[in-house]
Amino acid sequence: MLKVDRIDCCYGNTQVLRGFSLELACGEILCLLGRNGAGKTTALKAIMGLVKPRAGAITVDGVDLTHLPAEAAPRHGIGYVPQGRRLFADLTVAENLEIGLMARHTPRAARERALDLFPALRERLDQASGTLSGGEQQMLAIARALCLEPKVILLDEPTEGLMPSMVARIREVVSTLRRQGTAVLLVEQRVEAVLEIADHVLFVENGRSRDRLAAAELRARPELLGRFVGVGD
Amino acid sequence: MDFGPYLLLATMEGAVGAAVLALTALGLSLVFGVMRVVNVAHGEFFMLGAVIAWWVAHLVGAHPALGFLAALVVAPIMVGLVAAVAERLVLRRLGYDPEATIVATIGLLYVIQQAALSTFGPDARPVEPPVDFRILLPWFGYSGYKLLVIAAAAALMLCVWWVLARTRVGLMMRATRFDRETARAFAIPVDRVYGGVFALGAMLAAVGAVLIVPIQQAHYLMGHDPLLLSFIVVIIGGLGSLRGTVLAALVIGMSDGVISVFFSPTLAKILATLLVAIVLVIRPTGLFGARAA
Repeated sequence: MLKVDRIDCCYGNTQVLRGFSLELACGEILCLLGRNGAGKTTALKAIMGLVKPRAGAITVDGVDLTHLPAEAAPRHGIGYVPQGRRLFADLTVAENLEIGLMARHTPRAARERALDLFPALRERLDQASGTLSGGEQQMLAIARALCLEPKVILLDEPTEGLMPSMVARIREVVSTLRRQGTAVLLVEQRVEAVLEIADHVLFVENGRSRDRLAAAELRARPELLGRFVGVGD
Repeated sequence: MDFGPYLLLATMEGAVGAAVLALTALGLSLVFGVMRVVNVAHGEFFMLGAVIAWWVAHLVGAHPALGFLAALVVAPIMVGLVAAVAERLVLRRLGYDPEATIVATIGLLYVIQQAALSTFGPDARPVEPPVDFRILLPWFGYSGYKLLVIAAAAALMLCVWWVLARTRVGLMMRATRFDRETARAFAIPVDRVYGGVFALGAMLAAVGAVLIVPIQQAHYLMGHDPLLLSFIVVIIGGLGSLRGTVLAALVIGMSDGVISVFFSPTLAKILATLLVAIVLVIRPTGLFGARAA
């Protein structure tokens, strides 16, 4: 479904991704693991077309997105939940969701399905999104991305700074998405959460994609966590 | 004339100036609010609107109302096209960098001004008002056209508000204003939004100019005052705040009119500048601008 083939990405003269590759299938949850600054967020931005690769290719369902404008990624069914939520804080909850619907001209029913996953948002539709609590903001960021009925959803540290009950709720939603056939590319720092939810993990080091293995397999190889993430050193 | 009627006359004159200023400043505020571009050439778009209005009215001839209506349609469209081309060829290529775009729009100011001087000449030229009737008050008669200017400006500002608050295009503009990268991630065509906003801002200035040109004459240097007053309004109202812009335009425009009638236009500008200084000291983000985090 989603294929990233040996991309190089730079910010100015600083190269951040070097020959980075990954493949993601329908209904698969793949988690990128790596130290801060390894290039995980840049990889997601490159897939969204927000950072243009200097080399390599990004395809979704065989459509080459590499040289298309950034608008192409959401139109081809890639939803994005950026790090730090990045809601349009002045806009109401309903308007944020409307932006998600507009991205792919999806029917209004998509909004209802997203709100079914996060019913608490129904009571806040007319509230400015910047005034929501951190957990509610994260729910809205995910619901906004779900409004475009994505085939692939990119989640950049969705549980960052959230209370345990909210983390559990988001984990449930991600599992629901997998059951519905949505592919999930996850950047997450909580290794325990990753082991519970992900099908596969891909280690990222200095802008390069390294070992890819099944999450279950990772439990048997804790030395990899020490090497790539700095956990259990 | 007694003081009361004289004050009423001054207030009505101020209201006309405030209406046109609100339109012009709204354009400037919209461009800054959405694009974060300080458009120093905004006053020249105003001037261009007036000059094109004179050309169109002059070409159409016939009845003044026909020439004026043609100018009201043609001048904003032509100014909008000039702005869209400038945005595409200059601002977009600079990546909308705040400092670079200030320098670029200063260059644009001189290009437009000198182009107008070369083609239109240095003389001030009048456009006939489309209607010629007076409202007879007990103390004096007042130009019906000036009241139409106030009504037209108010109607146009309501239209802009409606577009921003109630339409999908407005939603895209507000989202882009807040976070252009995330807007891109949701398929909002940010470059087209920027092009449209820059053209719209210039068109609002041009409409203001077409409305005012039967009262003031078209001249190639007439963009200076609207630019200065628009900046004053936008700073007082709050950078990027449309509500603040309109309210500040009313205050500045009305006081400019009243003080100009009772004392002198120079004193009006001095007091407006003083007010800017006070607002900058007490509330640097303007009366309705977002407070810095």
